[in-house]
Amino acid sequence: MLSLCISCDSLARAAGADQVAEALTHEAAQRNLPLRIKRTSSRGLYWLEPLVELDTAQGRLGFGPVAPEDIPGLLDALAGDHAGHALALGPVEDIPYLKTQQRLLFARAGITRPLSLDDYHANGGFEGLRQATLLDGDEVVAAVLDSGLRGRGGAAFPAGIKWRTVRQASAAQKYVVCNADEGDSGTFADRMLMEGDPFLLIEGMIIAGLAVGASKGYIYVRSEYPDAVRVLNEAILLAREAGYLDVAGSGVAFDLEVRVGAGAYICGEETALLESLEGKRGIVRAKPPLPALEGLFGQPTLVHNVLTLASVPIILAKGAAYYRDFGMGRSLGTLPFQLAGNIRQGGLVERAFGLTLRELVEGYGGGTASGRPIKAAQVGGPLGAWVPPGQFDTPLDYEAFAAIGAMLGHGGVVLADDTLNMAGMARFALQFCAEESCGKCTPCRIGSTRGMEVVDRLIASTDPAYRESQAGLLRDLCDTMQYGSLCAMGGMTPYPVVSALKHFPADFGLEAAQ
Amino acid sequence: MPDELNHLPLIQRVLAREKDTPGALLPILHAIQAGAGYIPDIAVGEIAHALNLSQAEVRGVLSFYHDFRTTPPARHTLRLCRAESCQSRGAEALAAQLREQLGMDDHGRSEDGALDLRPVYCLGACACSPALELDGQLHARVTPERLRALVASCREEVKAC
Repeated sequence: MLSLCISCDSLARAAGADQVAEALTHEAAQRNLPLRIKRTSSRGLYWLEPLVELDTAQGRLGFGPVAPEDIPGLLDALAGDHAGHALALGPVEDIPYLKTQQRLLFARAGITRPLSLDDYHANGGFEGLRQATLLDGDEVVAAVLDSGLRGRGGAAFPAGIKWRTVRQASAAQKYVVCNADEGDSGTFADRMLMEGDPFLLIEGMIIAGLAVGASKGYIYVRSEYPDAVRVLNEAILLAREAGYLDVAGSGVAFDLEVRVGAGAYICGEETALLESLEGKRGIVRAKPPLPALEGLFGQPTLVHNVLTLASVPIILAKGAAYYRDFGMGRSLGTLPFQLAGNIRQGGLVERAFGLTLRELVEGYGGGTASGRPIKAAQVGGPLGAWVPPGQFDTPLDYEAFAAIGAMLGHGGVVLADDTLNMAGMARFALQFCAEESCGKCTPCRIGSTRGMEVVDRLIASTDPAYRESQAGLLRDLCDTMQYGSLCAMGGMTPYPVVSALKHFPADFGLEAAQ
Repeated sequence: MPDELNHLPLIQRVLAREKDTPGALLPILHAIQAGAGYIPDIAVGEIAHALNLSQAEVRGVLSFYHDFRTTPPARHTLRLCRAESCQSRGAEALAAQLREQLGMDDHGRSEDGALDLRPVYCLGACACSPALELDGQLHARVTPERLRALVASCREEVKAC
């Protein structure tokens, strides 16, 4: 019996995984060849998708990227000497891209079937929850504090402090809310985790509920991720049937519900997300009050990104000390970086903080897909700065990135070659902000539109003095937006604009700064 | 619009099921749109009544979110990703090709009524940009030829009817 694994991840399928699986089944049936195909999560080596893995006693052997027309030849090879096949990659776990990673959150990626509780159990699943039920809430909160875990959504606020605040708040009803509104271009780690390892997120949320005393959890998923919504809903049903949502002996029942967004980028901002969950327009709230004290429906609410909550089972299972041994400075643990854009080897790279951006985009990513020179990398989504190659030796660490006027955010990296015009990207950042601003505060609502107009005038002018004056105006406007906006939308839209102006003045028709 | 009345049973079924759900408005709008293809005007008053909201509050939510539509959709909906990752892999050229092929702007309907075109900002397929979504199906590593073929197949099917 030939035993193969092919991913059921939505991006692997968009690259043709379903067609490859069908063609294999069809061709094997014609040859009377016994074949079993297991649909697992994705390894995150997306440039190799569709990846076909042959399950052997010595481990999994990879072949990819496979097209349906490769199938007859591939089946010939699988039955005989497969090591010499043109698409043979050898043992998947020895592929350097994967072998050198430090996978804590994505330890099961590509190995297990997303909706198999048995697979989850067999690979360390629910060990964190088991440990958590042996501790009291204060001890769980202490473990999260000691681990050094910071919010993975971008703001990097120490997670344990939020947990302590919600735990100490007294209220009849508290909530845990998972922010799965992963709207940043260049990021897909949340999607991969929800589609590929949904029980890990569920386990993290149960532990959070137990620790802070919340009986209800919501996962707010963006509507652009229909597969994640489907998988999470099925996983919650399975977990509920298996009794995990009513933790025996804990005295706390915990239930989970998936809510679907409706295409508003701003709902990734935590207070706008809460408004949306309440059935309202996604308008940002002024803080204070903090959501930890007055959040969803006015009750104490623990709001975290997918990756933050999914880190918790590992911290509980292996100990806070184990987790904080990864990383550098105050950036502890691992971050799943996401390589995207014009990149030869796009995919997910989970590493401890501290490697350099160059190791990431040149080492793992292999440079641009087009083969042209790298112009810049946008790190941290549409609100992140464009980083020129001269700064690629900066270590990937929250503080080191802040020091160069950039941010790490959710770990997304979009690479661009020398054909991308940065004045155009600066204009796009402002246009995106104008379209997606909730409209509550003036710097963001009006500033974004005025900024777009300034860029248009700047680019259209042929008078160097006028261009300089418009560039000055744009910098002033960005300053106002950065310091005067209510949330990160208006507050960080200046990052891509100012970094483009600073590092690529020629794209704006400006002289390089002295 | 008299045929909007056809959607009344659906609307009432959804409201009966969801009206006591905390923060029910988005789930209700999603369920009505999933059944009817859009949010019929007649739904606004029904929802407002069931949730004890003003019609202005319901309309405010309806207009805030890009996903909700107040007119019936075309037979096909194509959402081309226009965010940074896809832009770095030629999304703007794909958008220009669509404008030319369909003779319309980025946010419209083709003359034959076959296709609605809408921009989207990130489909989470950034490792294999550029990407688009056609009728809920994700396509990655989209080339100009593939896009042309996808659009042509949508239009031929309509002609054949």
